[in-house]
Amino acid sequence: MIAILDYKIGNVGSVRNAFDKLNFPSVVTNNPDIIHKADALVLPGVGAAGKGMENLKNGKLIKCLKSQIAKKKPFLGICLGMQLLFETSEEGDTKCLAVLKGQVKKFQKEKKIPQIGWNEVRKQITDNRKQNYRKLFWEIPNKSYFYFVNSYYCNPENKSLVVGETEYGENFASIIAKDNIVATQFHPEKSGSVGMKFLKNWRNLW
Amino acid sequence: MVTKRIIPCLDMTEGKVVKGIQFESFRDAGNPVSLAQVYDEEGADELVFLDITATVDNRSILLDVVEKTAKKVTIPFSVGGGVRGVDEMRDILKAGADKVSVNTGAFVRPELITECAQTFGSQCVVLSLDAKKVGDNRWNVFINGGRTNTGIDAVTWSKQAVELGAGEILLTSIDTDGTKRGFNIELTQKVSKTVSVPVIASGGAGKLSDFSEIFTQGGADAALAASLFHFGELKIKDVKDYLASKNISVRN
Repeated sequence: MIAILDYKIGNVGSVRNAFDKLNFPSVVTNNPDIIHKADALVLPGVGAAGKGMENLKNGKLIKCLKSQIAKKKPFLGICLGMQLLFETSEEGDTKCLAVLKGQVKKFQKEKKIPQIGWNEVRKQITDNRKQNYRKLFWEIPNKSYFYFVNSYYCNPENKSLVVGETEYGENFASIIAKDNIVATQFHPEKSGSVGMKFLKNWRNLW
Repeated sequence: MVTKRIIPCLDMTEGKVVKGIQFESFRDAGNPVSLAQVYDEEGADELVFLDITATVDNRSILLDVVEKTAKKVTIPFSVGGGVRGVDEMRDILKAGADKVSVNTGAFVRPELITECAQTFGSQCVVLSLDAKKVGDNRWNVFINGGRTNTGIDAVTWSKQAVELGAGEILLTSIDTDGTKRGFNIELTQKVSKTVSVPVIASGGAGKLSDFSEIFTQGGADAALAASLFHFGELKIKDVKDYLASKNISVRN
């Protein structure tokens, strides 16, 4: 069972629908017991970082979330759910979960912000450490298009976390992975058949 | 680089997809859920649902259609029609939409845009703007399904809406809607140059070159079409192949 964390932000329903299509049992929940028992955890989210952190805090979910990640439960962060993993976000100068080192920054180079639409993801599987994540790209050609909606992007301190990179005026991390953590700036649940493959590949990692 | 998007639009009334000409004389174009699924499979980049009589009938949007569609499609879709408050927007997002477009409700009470953007993020809030030419180089905002001239300049309103928090603009030209004589390049260019968010051009698509022109000359980020796709005159793939041949970046 995959627990999709419900913190009253964004389109948790879309993630649930995507898992249903793949026949992966999932539940949208904010109940710590259910989250604890689940095999994997997804932190979805669209919207503002400040609001996201505030809702996690008000729902008393921060501790639960961090402990599940620390316990090496398979974890997928999507969009805001990726950004919140880092230390701080320029969006409203928000203090985030600090599971990973680095900042969330605003796009500077492109005129149109947010980035809305389909953009290419270039695989960044180079060193040995990243070989484990090769599976994430099973049957997904390099430079496939995924759906993005974001004004901010993650800038991890440790660049070797980056397994997918995308360009929007500047290059940014569109997929990061470390141990049990996989996180995407795009929305796999909204990225058509390629996105569905990505979710399936994530499921096959654990 | 982010690609240009091709977006089929499903104008609905009473649960059916309809298509009109210049916002009138509607004809039946089929079942929304199955059409949405077909478009997803054919490579549409996004879907737009508009409940075109929700405002004039003074009723809420058809949530069950939204829900059924969300279960079937794997691409983003936005839903609009009759949205006047944050709660309505929440219901639509909860039913599975990714974005919600606001039109008359936002014009009448502009704070609606800010409230929705603060609650759900700007990326969820699309300003749907229906414009009609009223003079040289001047287009006014029309509300209530294109029935009421507000007297306000479309470019001014689009700029203001973005300042209030709209994350995208769905710009429909009433003059070109359903005519198949091409998008309104002039108007789209003006709005696109003015605002810092993506602009979806709508109204008038009739042939392949209309799509390339609205991107290269009109500066649109996405192009929307309805009858062309509903009645099978062009396939999404035809449009994308054509654009690719013109070196316009699309998702294939």
